[in-house]
Amino acid sequence: MKMTGAEIFIECLKREGVTHVFGYPGGVILNIFDLLYDNKDIQLILTRHEQGAVHAADGYARSTGKPGVVLVTSGPGATNTITGIATASMDSIPLVVFSGQVPTMLIGNDAFQEADIVGISRPCTKYNYLAKDVKDLSRIVREAFHVATTGRPGPVLIDLPKDVTASKAEFIWPEIDIRSYNPTYEGNKWMITQAAHLIAKSKKAVIIAGGGVILSGGSGELRDLVEITDIPVTMTLMGLGSFPGSHGLSLGMPGMHGTYYANKAIQESDLLIAVGMRFDDRVTGKLDAFAPHAKIIHIDIDPTSIRKNVRVDVPIVGDVKRVLTVLNKVLKEDIKEQWEEVRKAWLRQIDAWKKERPMTYTYSEDVIKPQYVIEKIYELTRGDAIISTEVGQNQMWAAQFYKFDKPRMWLTSGGLGTMGYGFPAAIGAQLAHPNKLVIDIAGDGSIQMNIQELATAVINKLPVKVAILNNRYLGMVRQWQELFYNERYSYTHLEVVPDFVKIAEAYGAVGLRATKPGEVEPVLKEAFKIKKTVFMDFVVYWKEKVYPMVPAGAPIDHMLFEEKEQKTEKKLKAVK
Amino acid sequence: MRHTISLLVENKFGVLSRIAGLFSGRGYNIESLSVGETIDPQISTMTIVTSGDDQIIEQINKQLNKLIDVIKVIDMTELAHVEREMVLIKVAPKQENKAEVLRLAEIFRGRIVDSSQHTYTVEITGDEKKIEAIIELLKPMGIKEFMRTGKIAIAREGTKKG
Repeated sequence: MKMTGAEIFIECLKREGVTHVFGYPGGVILNIFDLLYDNKDIQLILTRHEQGAVHAADGYARSTGKPGVVLVTSGPGATNTITGIATASMDSIPLVVFSGQVPTMLIGNDAFQEADIVGISRPCTKYNYLAKDVKDLSRIVREAFHVATTGRPGPVLIDLPKDVTASKAEFIWPEIDIRSYNPTYEGNKWMITQAAHLIAKSKKAVIIAGGGVILSGGSGELRDLVEITDIPVTMTLMGLGSFPGSHGLSLGMPGMHGTYYANKAIQESDLLIAVGMRFDDRVTGKLDAFAPHAKIIHIDIDPTSIRKNVRVDVPIVGDVKRVLTVLNKVLKEDIKEQWEEVRKAWLRQIDAWKKERPMTYTYSEDVIKPQYVIEKIYELTRGDAIISTEVGQNQMWAAQFYKFDKPRMWLTSGGLGTMGYGFPAAIGAQLAHPNKLVIDIAGDGSIQMNIQELATAVINKLPVKVAILNNRYLGMVRQWQELFYNERYSYTHLEVVPDFVKIAEAYGAVGLRATKPGEVEPVLKEAFKIKKTVFMDFVVYWKEKVYPMVPAGAPIDHMLFEEKEQKTEKKLKAVK
Repeated sequence: MRHTISLLVENKFGVLSRIAGLFSGRGYNIESLSVGETIDPQISTMTIVTSGDDQIIEQINKQLNKLIDVIKVIDMTELAHVEREMVLIKVAPKQENKAEVLRLAEIFRGRIVDSSQHTYTVEITGDEKKIEAIIELLKPMGIKEFMRTGKIAIAREGTKKG
């Protein structure tokens, strides 16, 4: 039977098991929206901005492991998706984005709402397509889902000219055959054996676990590896939740705002086992001074991640879950080491570092410390909430003070660092997990970047909680200005911050506010009880900074700590 | 170090842009690039001359391999291969040098493909050294302009990597 392009599109989505699409209508995509009007299988979530739609699909994908799907119109509709696509691309999140396009005969004519979105999105998609002929449409959609979700996942865009969605073709569902796309899943056995021997020889090993562990579903295998070998684990920002943060061998996060003991352990280690991570500059600090004594084993599905930034002794290209399964087997069967004995001295040293400088902050009776809010959220949720963040101080405090024990409970824009990500991402996650508590930890700056999605949350009756750490500043940039730019606060003071309680109420959500430390817990408890969208405005101490901190470009063990500042503040008071 | 990388790619629109975008987006250098069809009209071949240290070259090879439209990447520098480039040189020699231009063309096994009252256009094919040499020798004769095709390369039989 012949079907229109729009009908083929719907049929393809059904076959791919898509139940939720995030989007926004417009002229050239109307053929598809018309079919969605009375479609029972696919629910379209109308956001209030296309960027919100992509982030929501991204939050849906991160929290479920399924690809997020987006549907927008041409021109501005398509260009508005770019920040969301780039966010997903940097963090390897599977998305399939459909954009409308002007009719094929008008392409290139600067038609109304025409944009060369295939050209624009090329550098930030894993792959993209212009569906020029309705006969190719089902193959393209099927390939797109395949490419987005296999290998190192990523966003794929399909541009749909209006005439293609209107014209008819026989529906086919061809097998996927992309001769030039064959991701490597199985690690090289010889390399894995080499890795096992290095692990057996090492006295001071550290595992760095990244987002790849979560993407491959390899958390269980990672835990097995740790339990066989007694090697401590540090998790990158993207890797939080890949290994239980509350486990005795967890070192928390490494890098710029990492823990003292994670950075110390890396710098002193004789072996780094990098699993599904890519040595981002926020993790390594100064490259020449990074882990100077360590041999490096690097496991990643993307060969370009290996030896991009750091030298590697044993490269293993493959899927983390499968590689670790084999590695664990080799370690257990071929190398029967008395691991506890081997690690004793090293773990004692790490414990000493943990005691020397634990991850902490100074509590205050008078002002709300943002870290206190996060601690309370962790306490009240017992770590069983899906947490999204915006970008900046709010993100770092959440990463430092909330302990993630399970994968896919942590949604944050790691690579691109996109302000405005957290709220729509929380909406996407809440749709996928209606009975879970989903909390966006936000700043007063970031939340204003996609605050319009309040409407999406309220209309869809999504009980997303937003905890705004309101310091009236773009806090992270302000922190840099204070530390490195002689306290010249150039355009980081927001001066006018809207009344978030009233904004929430204006949209039909609930607004709560806490201005004193004693109000934090009652506000959180109340918010968690309410089955509606809630904005919590926590008016926090404006000068609070994220510590420890490694200045950009410094080695990661050159860290700034909080007490230094207290001393200078005391000095300043004494002078006054 | 300079490397000659040969690619087999899908013959689709946008592929050249993907490859050019990879080089510009990551700050790699393209010294020359030539594209043509292969025996299979669905596949094109590209020869890219680029330069960088070992780490950069390794990244370029891996990044090219990662592109979905790239079927095969062969770093020719690592194997025995034949390289050729063609140049068309338009020379406007003085009367007394005309014979010398023709003689040089002959020595370099070139051909005169166009002539006018004041100019000769010489076609020369060879490896890079030969092309550089003829340009150097013709310069004093008065080169008006020249066009180079960029390098193409093919592996010698029996040395192809699988």
